[in-house]
Amino acid sequence: MKAFIQALDYSLPEKVLTNADLALEFPEWTEEKIMKKLGIAERHVAAEDETASDLAVDAAEKLFAENEINRETVDYLIFCTQSPDYILPTTACLIQQRLGLPDSIGAIDVNLGCSGWIFGLSLAKGLVLGGMAKRVLLLTAETYSKYLHPRDKGNRTIFGDGAAATLVGCDGIAEIGNFSFGTDGNGAENLIVKSGGARHRKQLDDLQFDNFGNPKSSDYIYMNGAEILNYTLDRIPGLIEDVLQKNGCALEDIDLHVYHQANKYIANLQRVKMKIEPEKYYCCFERMGNTVSSTIPIALKEALNDGSIKSGHKVLSVAQGLGYSWGGVMLQF
Amino acid sequence: MTLDQFVQQFAEQFDETPANQFSPSTDYKSLEEWGSLTTLGVITMVDAEMGKRITGSNLLACTTIEELYNFIQRI
Repeated sequence: MKAFIQALDYSLPEKVLTNADLALEFPEWTEEKIMKKLGIAERHVAAEDETASDLAVDAAEKLFAENEINRETVDYLIFCTQSPDYILPTTACLIQQRLGLPDSIGAIDVNLGCSGWIFGLSLAKGLVLGGMAKRVLLLTAETYSKYLHPRDKGNRTIFGDGAAATLVGCDGIAEIGNFSFGTDGNGAENLIVKSGGARHRKQLDDLQFDNFGNPKSSDYIYMNGAEILNYTLDRIPGLIEDVLQKNGCALEDIDLHVYHQANKYIANLQRVKMKIEPEKYYCCFERMGNTVSSTIPIALKEALNDGSIKSGHKVLSVAQGLGYSWGGVMLQF
Repeated sequence: MTLDQFVQQFAEQFDETPANQFSPSTDYKSLEEWGSLTTLGVITMVDAEMGKRITGSNLLACTTIEELYNFIQRI
């Protein structure tokens, strides 16, 4: 038996934060500079009363409607987010009810960042190949905007809110190949929101500003950009080689590289380091920024829509995320 | 890579600061354009051109471009 991606769709919040908006708040940050350095023109931001589960439900409804999917046939739901509606209960249970999915299904939350879609897809494949489910709905959704300090110029520029829906079953448009995984908790402190969980239940109120004027607080997202860059430089080449080896392929066999869409800076870095031709490296961050666990399915959907992915194509997808957590997979369209 | 070549490569990570403002004795953290993006640029350049890995803390610990160059030579 094999497992396939059957359909993909995504949803972004209505509210848009443009580079002009950011330049107004941060005069040293011009529209042109953001576009030139990071390749992001706009990012979508959830409304005050809009959550990751709202976006995920919308993405799933679009997927059901566009592909005429009978929701009664979904027998497992995986929801990947770090922005759950509540500490408890499990948000996937709430989504089961909102989507009107059968009450005979399994429904779980997975807490991962940018590597979340890769890991969620591996779980979906395992459920299908293990005979425990015939059709898995994998939802990825994030609203990091709710965790960002208003003065955090860098992260407010890079991250956008959004959600994606991926349907996995026994047949479909892309066979899910073999995976490579990696985890290193030593990197946990380099991208973190420290308070709000059980370790530090209450806000720590320890806001400081670093040498560049960026806020550093336990109560908001903190990212050590230099360490995250080194992590990417360290791990991505080996990850790519491992996925290729596990799928019996060479880099030249890949028709399109659809990686986690962090920003133009990281994309160029990866592409040049791996000596990948620009036409084989897909970029999809200009209109939505880094949507965390949804960047790859959004990029795959866009690449299918614009003809960049054609039937017969081998697509390589890798992602590096907080934790640290990284993974990759080969997709045969 | 020689010190002069390093200074030139260092300067190329800056878009707005004129190249003639860079010398071995330049205190790079005092440059107006120094920030998180230029930090990433220098780390990437050192990785790509010198095959060495430096951290943000290393960049904060050094003052001049020559001091950074000498530090990289030792790692």
